[in-house]
Amino acid sequence: MDFGPVIEGFPRLLWGCVGTLGLALAGMALAIVIGISGVVLRDSRRAAVRWLVISFVELIRNTPFLVQIYFIFFALPFVGIRINPTPTAIIALGVNGGAYAIEIIRGGVQSINKGQVEAGYALGLRKSQVFRLVILKPALRAIYPSLASQFILLTLTTSIASAVAAYELTSVAKQIENDSFRSFEVYGVVTLLYFIMSWIMMTFLNLIWSRCLNYPVK
Amino acid sequence: MGEKEFIFLLQGLKWTLALTAIAFAGGIVSGLVVALARTSDSRTLARVTAGYISLFQGTPLLMQLFVVYYGLALAGLRLEAWQAVAIGFTLHASAYLGEIWRGSIEAVPRGQMEAAKALSLGYVSRMKDVILPQAIRISLPATVGFLVQLIKGTSLAAIVGFTELARAGGIISNQTFKPLLVYGVVGAMYFLICWPLSLLGTRLEHRLATATR
Repeated sequence: MDFGPVIEGFPRLLWGCVGTLGLALAGMALAIVIGISGVVLRDSRRAAVRWLVISFVELIRNTPFLVQIYFIFFALPFVGIRINPTPTAIIALGVNGGAYAIEIIRGGVQSINKGQVEAGYALGLRKSQVFRLVILKPALRAIYPSLASQFILLTLTTSIASAVAAYELTSVAKQIENDSFRSFEVYGVVTLLYFIMSWIMMTFLNLIWSRCLNYPVK
Repeated sequence: MGEKEFIFLLQGLKWTLALTAIAFAGGIVSGLVVALARTSDSRTLARVTAGYISLFQGTPLLMQLFVVYYGLALAGLRLEAWQAVAIGFTLHASAYLGEIWRGSIEAVPRGQMEAAKALSLGYVSRMKDVILPQAIRISLPATVGFLVQLIKGTSLAAIVGFTELARAGGIISNQTFKPLLVYGVVGAMYFLICWPLSLLGTRLEHRLATATR
């Protein structure tokens, strides 16, 4: 084993980590937008719209991410849509995460009891207070754990974006591997970097939970 | 895309299914060991398996495949590509199934274990006759859910260079210059396998929810 090339390329790997986190954040932001719009559209009065949202969710959740990103990158140019690797990855991550987010957010909305809202008004809370304290916070609290683990999963999924050469950690690792042929050493260290990243994220997400969302129930 | 290309895709599909079957079967056996070690009274065993699980859950599947693939080669083992990725997927499955089953074992009411101990049943009998039959029922929805994840996950073997369905699609798409059609068909094939399983998982979940209410 020879870790020389990995040590030499370490600054590049760290920049790759930044790329990975950037992809994950952008993908998650898009996923939340798709998730919220999906939940709204899923309760549409038009059956066609509802059906469209349901099929979107099932289609995305039952096909591999790799095939989805290949489809966007290789197939869409044939119908005139050409997107660069990194935006492709963000769109693919957002669409994929969005399908899961729709299901998660829907569960949160359903968990709010109507009587709870009425009780809020009966206690003399203003409309904005009811929304903030009675609807938003409990709903967020209900979906936060699933949303957080989905976020970690999305961060790990970014490594598949290397298949279309988006700028992230795995792509950088591939370049270093190609130059040095030290495959095991490179990927071993990169695996460790992913592990540290997801550990830091988990700690951070737990901190938000305990600081902002955790309160005694009953 | 002609008949020949379609048959090539079907052969890829066959490998996807074979890889899934090997990894799932291997994962069931090793995952059970992981789950039992994770819930055992020995603190060392529980800690080691907890670390094992969080290592697999905190790193991308693609990296796990790369490390196993190149690690085995570096260790001097001459394996074919499919054998190396099968080992990688099996390890991955053992960690995920181990964690799912740990949760299920812990979800069995405590009194069951205490009653079994009061009846002076040995560890093997306690697990085999009392805890596991109940835990398996609880774990079924999540286990089926993981199977779907595993089928989709085998597509990553394509990146390592093993020709299963996703890579077969890539090859045909390069030959025919019809990626829209080819990836559409490949996606449909995955969907037709995964969707019924997902529906089954949801149904099992509902049934379990009504049974335990």
